[in-house]
Amino acid sequence: MASRRAPGFALSLGITLAVTGAMIVVPLLALIRSASAISFDDFINLTMSPRALASYRLSFGAAAVAAVVNALFGLVTAWVLVRYRFPGRALVDALVDLPFALPTAVAGLALCALYAKTGPLGAPLARAGLDVAFTPIGVVVALTFIGLPFVVRTLQPVLEQLDVGVEEAAALLGASRRQIFARVVLPALLPAWLTGFTLALARGIGEYGSVVFIAGNMPLSTEVTPLLIVTRLEQYDVAGATALALVMLAASFALLLAGNLLQRWGARRLGIA
Amino acid sequence: MLIGIALAFLGIFLLVPLGAVFVFAFRAGVGAWFAALLQPDTVHAIQLTLFVAVVVIPVNVVFGVAAAWLLARFSFPGKGLLLSVVDLPFSVSPIVAGLLFVLLFGRGGVFGALLEAHGLRLIYAVPGIVLTTWFVTLPFVARELLPVLQAQGCAEEEAAYTLGAGAWRTFFVVTLPKVRWALCYGVVLSNARALGEFGAVSVVSGHIRGVTSTMPLQAEILYNQYDFVGCWSVASALTLFALITLVIKKVAEHHCERPRLRRSERQHP
Amino acid sequence: MRAVLFSLAGCLSWLSCSSGTSTPTLLNVSFDPTRELYDDVNAAFSQKWQREHGSAVTLRQSHGGSGKQARAVLDGLEADVVTLALSLDIDVLATQAQLLPVDWQGRLPDHSAPFSSTIVFLVRAGNPKAIHDWGDLSRAGIAVIAPNPKTSGGARLVTLAAWDHARRSGPAVDDAERDARAAAFLTRLYRNVPVLDTGARAAATTFAERGIGDVLVSWESDARLLLARPDIGKDLELVMPSSSIRADLPVAVIDKNVDLHGTRAIAEAYVAFLYSPEAQAIAARHHYRPTNPEILAGSVFPDVAQRSVDEIAGSWREAQQRFFDDGGVFDQIFLDVARASR
Repeated sequence: MASRRAPGFALSLGITLAVTGAMIVVPLLALIRSASAISFDDFINLTMSPRALASYRLSFGAAAVAAVVNALFGLVTAWVLVRYRFPGRALVDALVDLPFALPTAVAGLALCALYAKTGPLGAPLARAGLDVAFTPIGVVVALTFIGLPFVVRTLQPVLEQLDVGVEEAAALLGASRRQIFARVVLPALLPAWLTGFTLALARGIGEYGSVVFIAGNMPLSTEVTPLLIVTRLEQYDVAGATALALVMLAASFALLLAGNLLQRWGARRLGIA
Repeated sequence: MLIGIALAFLGIFLLVPLGAVFVFAFRAGVGAWFAALLQPDTVHAIQLTLFVAVVVIPVNVVFGVAAAWLLARFSFPGKGLLLSVVDLPFSVSPIVAGLLFVLLFGRGGVFGALLEAHGLRLIYAVPGIVLTTWFVTLPFVARELLPVLQAQGCAEEEAAYTLGAGAWRTFFVVTLPKVRWALCYGVVLSNARALGEFGAVSVVSGHIRGVTSTMPLQAEILYNQYDFVGCWSVASALTLFALITLVIKKVAEHHCERPRLRRSERQHP
Repeated sequence: MRAVLFSLAGCLSWLSCSSGTSTPTLLNVSFDPTRELYDDVNAAFSQKWQREHGSAVTLRQSHGGSGKQARAVLDGLEADVVTLALSLDIDVLATQAQLLPVDWQGRLPDHSAPFSSTIVFLVRAGNPKAIHDWGDLSRAGIAVIAPNPKTSGGARLVTLAAWDHARRSGPAVDDAERDARAAAFLTRLYRNVPVLDTGARAAATTFAERGIGDVLVSWESDARLLLARPDIGKDLELVMPSSSIRADLPVAVIDKNVDLHGTRAIAEAYVAFLYSPEAQAIAARHHYRPTNPEILAGSVFPDVAQRSVDEIAGSWREAQQRFFDDGGVFDQIFLDVARASR
């Protein structure tokens, strides 16, 4: 599809490189420069301290749980939105994007007020013996909210392209509904599904605004990594903040690369099919 | 059954928080809501937030169009890496994003001494907020345009060149009308993020009331002043912006879908 | 389109109002619970300045955790005056960035601290859990709300006061045993903390608005501000522990920034004003303990034995190194807390 004849290569390359260079690469170099002042031993100590490890466990763990929740319910939601026509469908479809549009701090405040023991949702849950706000569950709730659109939005276009005829053919050949889903639908959806999962995960790991309000922020149990970075910074510990930031950056870059590879894999699969 | 599950899930995770914001905001009445929004510091926060969005969006449009054009129309070594780099701000933790700019422009930062020698102040001032917001919203327009440009192909553009149209003329007359709704969608998304960014801006703002406090930060300040009516009023105003965003987006999508349908009709006469 | 026009108009008006400020501007970077105090102090000072000099002055405020605010000033937030929770946070500005001389504490009376505060308990009305002193906070079944000492200056005072109390109560043994006793006490106390908020205000909201916990351990000024609130004050009750810490709240002019802005005269007048009877009375009204003995005598502050940070830990610097730096007492306590809860 790409053509050598299209004009504007130099101009678009110039703008793109200038902006990504100045806005992304230079700041990253500043981070790396700042991190390179830390000796290797210190770096290991800073990034492998019990508090740091506990915060990774929470940030990555809660993000993973939230991404799994989103993957399951996101699949159902996308399926419903694409395959069924029901009153209010357009409204529901528009609402899926709400977490993109709603400022994270507002989401955090609202979730915290709702799920605190005195809140309208927190009170009945507390009576049932489940504390949500200020526990890791609260973090999962916030990250589920934040990551909700990703799976739905990556699955929707693929589902739309999916040929219902193939499913009907499978049904005519005697496949059960479960078999059709497992053998026909799921393989086609898998790359997009995984991409959505990866995006939700990446977003969840770094999330700060919505989480600080609802997490208990206890070191070693309900403290997320971005909060630990803020804490280090406030204690004049730039090296500690930088080291943790580098770990998070590496994680998000790895996830991003994985996401792009998945997309390419998906494109190739669809191309072959 | 499936509809029920999907609606219950969305209801619990989306509608309830959304409703809660407005219930909390209007608990003290509509008069109190307006009064809270008309406090001078809050008015300034609203102006600053809109100002940041107005500066960041045109820049994002220029960059987004250039980057999407480059990535869709040309193949060159390092393209995959460039794509990942462009995507990076999207997945970087907002706190890390803020920290990057402190490390660059803070007093001890890379350009700190240079800026200080010239009496320039970026961090803890409006330019720092603009830069950080720009960083976190950078990929949105390019991300939305790229698939549309790729799907469209360049046959029509080539036809235009053959007919003697210049590159710019072709771009504005042939290419842009086809991608304008995707562009609009990207603008809407980056606008939403620009209005609502909290974590990254909070690191570089300095929280000076009435000077460097954006709407999300103002909501936090009011929250910490036990001014919950004020806090929820600002939060609900931001939520209103978000809902307007969704409406515009829906309109954009609607327009996006129609040409696609027409093309498929053409393919299957 | 209308949105674009509206925002353009907004941005123009914003630009015009920022370019129209020819009046000198003073930025006071302060910590979390002083928001209401400095609102009133600033109003009084600008009136006084207008009266005496016939020209207006604009006072700007920034509030946040003490360490966070100092960090921002260190990184370039151009504060003319800082009014923070700990002298340590101002020391950092002097030692790490030479923004002011290291002997800044000698430039103003009372080691540059015009007011002080202390740490008190706030419980639910009627004190249903019978919380009277530090020892009660470590009882099983008590939920304690206190902010995070890593991010909040007030929380560091809480930790030090609790440590000091535990160290000095009980049989007199040697120092090592006292320290061990205090560490064990703090471990039991922090095991009772369900939420470790980042700042004093967030902790107060968790306790008063969200209804979490049996006792809030926080600034006296903040506790009494909550008590005075018409909506939630009646559900709360103040408890003074038998001993607490004396928190001197230091202020300083940031020399480098006032010279840059040409605001030295105003900044110095501002910090001097904090010692004036007028400002001291405002402070007393906001439940900060004034240094002016007459105004202190004329206002009601509950009696509590207050020990200074120097008495407890030698100095702020030593307290920070020993308790709150990485690998310090506080980290050790949290390792124990995490181990115990597993």
